[in-house]
Amino acid sequence: MTTTLPTRAISPRVATRAASLRVAGGPDLTATADIHGSLVGALARPAGGGPVARRRSRRRLGPGRRIPYGAALGPALLLVAWGLASATGVLDARVLSAPWTVVTTASDLIADGRLLSNLLTSAQRAFLGLALGVGLGTVLALLSGLTRVGEALVDGPVQLKRAIPTLALIPLLILWFGIGEEMKVLTIALGVVIPVYVHTHAALRTIDARYVELAETVRLSRWQFVQKVALPGALPGFLMGVRLAVTGAWLALVVVEQINATSGIGYMMSLARSYGQTEIILLGLVVYGLFGLASDAAVRLIERRTLSWRRILAG
Amino acid sequence: MASYPGRLTAPPPTVRIRGLTRRFGARTVLDDVDLTIQRGEFVALLGRSGSGKSTLLRAIAELDYDVTGSGELHMPENRAVVFQDTRLLPWARVLDNVILGLDLPDAVARGEAALAEVGLAGRERAWPVELSGGEQQRVALARSLVRDPELVLADEPFGALDALTRMRMHDLLRELCARHRPAVLLVTHDVDEAITLADRVLVLVDGRIAEEQRIELPAPRPLRDPRFLAHRESLLAALGVATAAASTEDTDSSSELEGSAP
Repeated sequence: MTTTLPTRAISPRVATRAASLRVAGGPDLTATADIHGSLVGALARPAGGGPVARRRSRRRLGPGRRIPYGAALGPALLLVAWGLASATGVLDARVLSAPWTVVTTASDLIADGRLLSNLLTSAQRAFLGLALGVGLGTVLALLSGLTRVGEALVDGPVQLKRAIPTLALIPLLILWFGIGEEMKVLTIALGVVIPVYVHTHAALRTIDARYVELAETVRLSRWQFVQKVALPGALPGFLMGVRLAVTGAWLALVVVEQINATSGIGYMMSLARSYGQTEIILLGLVVYGLFGLASDAAVRLIERRTLSWRRILAG
Repeated sequence: MASYPGRLTAPPPTVRIRGLTRRFGARTVLDDVDLTIQRGEFVALLGRSGSGKSTLLRAIAELDYDVTGSGELHMPENRAVVFQDTRLLPWARVLDNVILGLDLPDAVARGEAALAEVGLAGRERAWPVELSGGEQQRVALARSLVRDPELVLADEPFGALDALTRMRMHDLLRELCARHRPAVLLVTHDVDEAITLADRVLVLVDGRIAEEQRIELPAPRPLRDPRFLAHRESLLAALGVATAAASTEDTDSSSELEGSAP
């Protein structure tokens, strides 16, 4: 039983977040879509019930009552249309396999272990690249966000890197590292560094001067200041960077797995293309989609846990 | 620390300022200000906006960089600042805000005691956003007191509170000061607040101290007390505000001229 939400429950931080996003508005379109999603998510958070919700359950000028399982309605219709088209022969199996073919293929691939082994390979690549990129991005952002020397040394090169699409570096990376796992993980990591760096750096640099002043009046040491003010203050920015980084990691994964890979979901899909097995291609797409959804949910969970101070409880 | 060899030697004042001048560009904000605050003395600094009162407070708090000026300042290292915006770190729980930067083994116990003293026992684990404006300012008071400061610098601390909450905060502040005896410099534009709380009220006009009054009324100071009203009149006059009462006492013609003033 979800109640329509009173708008005043929106944390004032949402505005700050939107502003910082504008600053960092990246070159990457999926990022923008993701930002939108997160704002909507923040808006849709219920205010914890209370007498206000009971008095009038709906906003008069709002879009209306929620439809139960509304979010599943569109995909379900699409699935039904696809099934009907396949069953009646309107949709040729060479163009797109029937949904049941995809399901049976999936169970076959799971049964012989191919799906799981490819899935694990892909997940490992993405995870390593992500971990490396987030680590590097965070260290660079701290260096350049907290010290002037660090900023002078780090910010320029990172901004240069930012201007070059990571995928354009693949030829160079192949020359340097070959076509093995190093190249794949590094490509992912390089794509991940940028959003993490940009958002963490911006968050560190825009910490409210009033808090810096407070830190001075209570005589915090530089280390205490970093620990108690700078890092927790920059955490929302960092997590936003990580969310964009996760999206970027999957994007890079798809690309590197189609280049000379011998394992992974992407490899499974390119192989299927050679044999015209659209059901396997579709299965790969579903797996990528599930990866993306799961990792985004994970980051959002971390966000909710660590930023609980933002939640406005019943007022 | 606070023991002195004989009764003849007076303890040195907590704050001693000589010839303090501060300029923003071509504008002189503080013009050769002298100020002494004795131990445990509560001084209120009144002034209109732009009179330089916050600049003076920030100079004593050593928060005025990028400002040109001169003068001699002696103030204790152990001082606390209370800001108008409560300046609680939103990501730190109430207790952590109170003991921020307090490097003592019993910091937590002290923090809890300070919170109990401002009437917020049991709210240690709350987030600042869960508190009302008055409660947040009480946390800020606890944050100042937990350091046992020799000097409390308060920059319009109750300016953002509603009138009822402000009155309750006045009582609390008076109580806390009576117990801990810090020297206090309270910057405010509220004449009644200054008279209610302070031992001495200064009026800052155009960067100079234009008026000084010692308030020697017993502790609960009702607003209707004629002595209270007398202080009020003269302080308002020093601020350049003519009250209706003052103008009717003067001449009828002047009251006509000032008729539009509320």
